[in-house]
Amino acid sequence: MAAGPGGAERYFTRWYKPDVKGRPCEDFCVLQHSNRRVAGGCRLDIQLLGVNQPVPDVESPSIPYLPLLQPIRASGAFLGLQSQRQEQNLTTDYTKTGRASGSWVEARICVITLAEAHPLLQSGKTIKNINYQISANCSRLQNKVSGKSKRGAQFLTELAPLCRISSSDGEEYTIYSCIRGRLIEVNENILSNPALLQEKPSTEGYIAVVLPKFEESKSITQGLLTQKEYEEVLMKRRSSAS
Amino acid sequence: MAGDLQRAAWLGVKQQMRNLGLPFTKDDIVQVKEAYKWIIHPQLSEELGVPADGKSLFEVSVVFAHPETDEECHFLATACPDCFKPAKNKQSVFTRMAVIKALEKIKEEDFLKHFPCPPSSPKNLCDALEIECNNGAVFVAGRYNKYSRNLPQTPWIIDGERKLESSVEELISEHLMAEFKADSFNFSSSGREDVDVRTLGNGRPFAMELVNPRRIHFTAEEMKRLQQAINDSSDKIQVRDLQLVTREAIGRMKEGEEEKTKTYSALIWTDKAIQREDIAFLDDIKELKLDQKTPLRVLHRRPLAVRCRLIHTMKSEYIDEHHFRLHLKTQAGTYIKEFVHGDFGRTKPNIGSLLNRTADILELDVESVDVDWPPTLAD
Repeated sequence: MAAGPGGAERYFTRWYKPDVKGRPCEDFCVLQHSNRRVAGGCRLDIQLLGVNQPVPDVESPSIPYLPLLQPIRASGAFLGLQSQRQEQNLTTDYTKTGRASGSWVEARICVITLAEAHPLLQSGKTIKNINYQISANCSRLQNKVSGKSKRGAQFLTELAPLCRISSSDGEEYTIYSCIRGRLIEVNENILSNPALLQEKPSTEGYIAVVLPKFEESKSITQGLLTQKEYEEVLMKRRSSAS
Repeated sequence: MAGDLQRAAWLGVKQQMRNLGLPFTKDDIVQVKEAYKWIIHPQLSEELGVPADGKSLFEVSVVFAHPETDEECHFLATACPDCFKPAKNKQSVFTRMAVIKALEKIKEEDFLKHFPCPPSSPKNLCDALEIECNNGAVFVAGRYNKYSRNLPQTPWIIDGERKLESSVEELISEHLMAEFKADSFNFSSSGREDVDVRTLGNGRPFAMELVNPRRIHFTAEEMKRLQQAINDSSDKIQVRDLQLVTREAIGRMKEGEEEKTKTYSALIWTDKAIQREDIAFLDDIKELKLDQKTPLRVLHRRPLAVRCRLIHTMKSEYIDEHHFRLHLKTQAGTYIKEFVHGDFGRTKPNIGSLLNRTADILELDVESVDVDWPPTLAD
């Protein structure tokens, strides 16, 4: 289940949504980044060392001295950010020690990917076409975001379609967002190279990047399973199959 | 208010110059503020027995109250009500901009009725409400090395709880604040590195603004001793070239952040085995153009964009079948970690794509920040 330390991956927590829309084995994996944007005062960017979350499985390479590269950049309190202006729509409470008070809300970038069990990733499947035009009026490719708060982004609900993928055997699969939030980008690399989706579904073959709304960040994972819970689902499938 | 006086003076002089038939522009008129300084400085000087310096770093501010003058504002408000709309965050509706707008709108005749030139003498004296002394900020610059992989540049505090001990900023400011006896400080540097990245070589230029310092004169010797004190107090950071600089000089440091090159050393891991021959070609690549989308790790707080950056040169050092060290010289603003692991294919090309493998970065060091400021001090 755990991929090797493929770079950025180690800073993500994996969440799963199996059998989406009741379709067997159409499982998705949402990678939630540990870095969070905190608001409710000065514009602090707080990066957590993943303290409150399960540490992703990492197979250490065979080198004696090795690091757990901590999630980068701690630009903490006011002192480092004095030159930056404050958010306009947030109340400020800039105390001398630079600690903002008020309610903390956070936003953590999420990457939507296919889970390994998804039919499209099974051997023998060839991808014929990937279509980001999900309706007459809506193409995910036309998504445009601007600014830090990603204004103008298409808003997604859990079952909003991201794209439709058809395989050469005539099957069609809809890829769903799985979480609520703003669509930041869809992966255009898989349009030009569909094989990427099958070869590296958890990295270069990702489907889309979504940024949950501030207020909803904590609740987005409520509808999803942890790695452990998902593994139990897989075990049940295997035993009921045999 | 000075604005009213200025306008009245302008209108009065305009009239006189017209009568004399002399050409002139607004720029020919001496600002009321300046005229006031010319008159008052010598008087203060004589009274206090000290020379008057309009640009001194030592500032004494006195707040006066004069109800009569406040009434002038109210005239403006009644004559031109739409210029003065209350808005949040403003203590008074009578902001400089609002007054200027109103003055321009009011007709000359109406204005002169209320504000003749020369103005009438005030009936009452004003009262001094507050006196405050302030020293202008001084700036201390230098370069810092960071030897710890567990030290943030600025304090890391969440919900009032400190997540990591100390910071580069605090380790440097502690001693400076004590010596300069300042109220507070502002730390800035020519770029910054992540918590887990060391800064080697000549170090990274930084500047510390000390606000309202009580002591501002330091000899070169004393600065050297201060530098030594900072260096003796911690092995996590070291500073060099510690010196006093002007506010203007800080601009050079910030320039450096955007324009100057940086060199790095990265320890890289690959999933599939590599031999020496497999990485040798990296040394021959010059001016490699990268397209880097805003990295996922900062996308929550930065706008989505694609930036083009150059890797000027690379030099590889083979370690074993799964590891090598790469030295790079890059354009300012290049995301090195993303160049190594590819950031889900959002930085192209990347080490993984160049070697046709999956690569990860295990360690990163800044070898040099190629900004030639602040001036190097002889040891």
